[in-house]
Amino acid sequence: MRNLLIFISKYNAFFFFVFFFAMSLILVFKNNSFQRASTLNSSNLLIGQAYERYNTLQKYLRLAQVSDSLAAENARLRSQLKNSFYQNKAEERMVNDTTTLQQYTYLVAQVVNNSIHQKNNSITIDKGRSHGILPGMGVICSSGIVGIVDNVSTHYATIKSLLHQDTRISARITETQAFGSLVWGQEDYNPRIATLKDIPNHVDVKRGHHIVTSGYSALFPAGIAIGRVRDTRKKTGEISSDIKVILSTDFSTLAYVYVVKSNFSAEKQALELETEEADD
Amino acid sequence: MIRIITSNFIRFVLLVFIQVFLLKNIGYYNLSVPFLYILFILLLPFETPNWLLFLLSFLIGLTVDSFYDTLGVNAAACTVLALVRVIFINLTVQRLSFEIEPEPKLGIMGFRWFFFYAIILTAVHHTILFVIEDFSFNDFKYTLIRIILSSLFTVFLMLVAEFIFYRQKER
Repeated sequence: MRNLLIFISKYNAFFFFVFFFAMSLILVFKNNSFQRASTLNSSNLLIGQAYERYNTLQKYLRLAQVSDSLAAENARLRSQLKNSFYQNKAEERMVNDTTTLQQYTYLVAQVVNNSIHQKNNSITIDKGRSHGILPGMGVICSSGIVGIVDNVSTHYATIKSLLHQDTRISARITETQAFGSLVWGQEDYNPRIATLKDIPNHVDVKRGHHIVTSGYSALFPAGIAIGRVRDTRKKTGEISSDIKVILSTDFSTLAYVYVVKSNFSAEKQALELETEEADD
Repeated sequence: MIRIITSNFIRFVLLVFIQVFLLKNIGYYNLSVPFLYILFILLLPFETPNWLLFLLSFLIGLTVDSFYDTLGVNAAACTVLALVRVIFINLTVQRLSFEIEPEPKLGIMGFRWFFFYAIILTAVHHTILFVIEDFSFNDFKYTLIRIILSSLFTVFLMLVAEFIFYRQKER
């Protein structure tokens, strides 16, 4: 205690200073609104900053939750967008004329899935059984043929694309009337090249000759463009040989296709079946 | 003793009077504001006890504050000034050498010592004063210029006052 008193009296100047300085500061803050306000403000600023830091930390910890809720909201909003609604409208044109009977009608469909780089490519369109699409129908587009309908659900249909090893299409060379079957994926998998098989060698095929559908299969109307002959072929000793065809359809940019409905295909198939049975 | 108290009392009243009625209206665009009244604290006798020194500093600061409507600001600055005065005198003056003349005056201590004494104490006082008055470091450059110019003005006035009442060392 004595030591403390000695200490205080030795450094009395300092303690007096502290006392009077504190008194004057109290006076300053009690009586001057500006200093008081700015002290409070700065303390508020300090507290505010502390809270902000804390919030930042908390925000970081809640990040997973927040991103989940944002993703859920995105999904909800996305489901309200126009392009997430299924177009349940099928457009079909038919001409009624008694002198001619309508053999083919066309149904517009949009491509919703497509592939060109596989061995067996298929296409999905947004029209299905409810629009009258059945397996086995032909599919064309504005520049050429596309493929054959494979499977059908209520609202969708898959198409066995021309770029599929099992697809066979009856084709004809316009200039010479020679016909054969068109296949793809025999040697190379170039999505622009197909092969027209079994064209007799006496037929003079030149580069640039047009290949069209023959109309024999009743899937496609006759005369739908397929492509052009790529090379003038060499003469060989064989009876027939294959021709490389540059396809006119660009499968990589396919957007809208037409499904071909043939009104007489059932009748024709039934007749052909009857004939085959009669032959047997 | 009575003479010292009387002369200091008169000095107190006179300096406060000059400060609040004359120097309050003098200034260079609020940049250079003289605070001559601190000369009273500077000129208190060496032998003043610390409690009295601090009390008088606080009182004169408070008096000036009440005229300036800045209650506490000058008092705080003067309290700091008193502390610096104690430290400065402890460092520079030998206790035993001024039995005859007890006051830190220009005529007694010499121009050199008094000049530094005045400059340092004024600078400290003005720094504290303006910093507390502005109470923000937002425009510190402006505050710094105010401190420097005001200190120069105050020191100039102090020297003038000291030369007016110049008294050669009596030997």
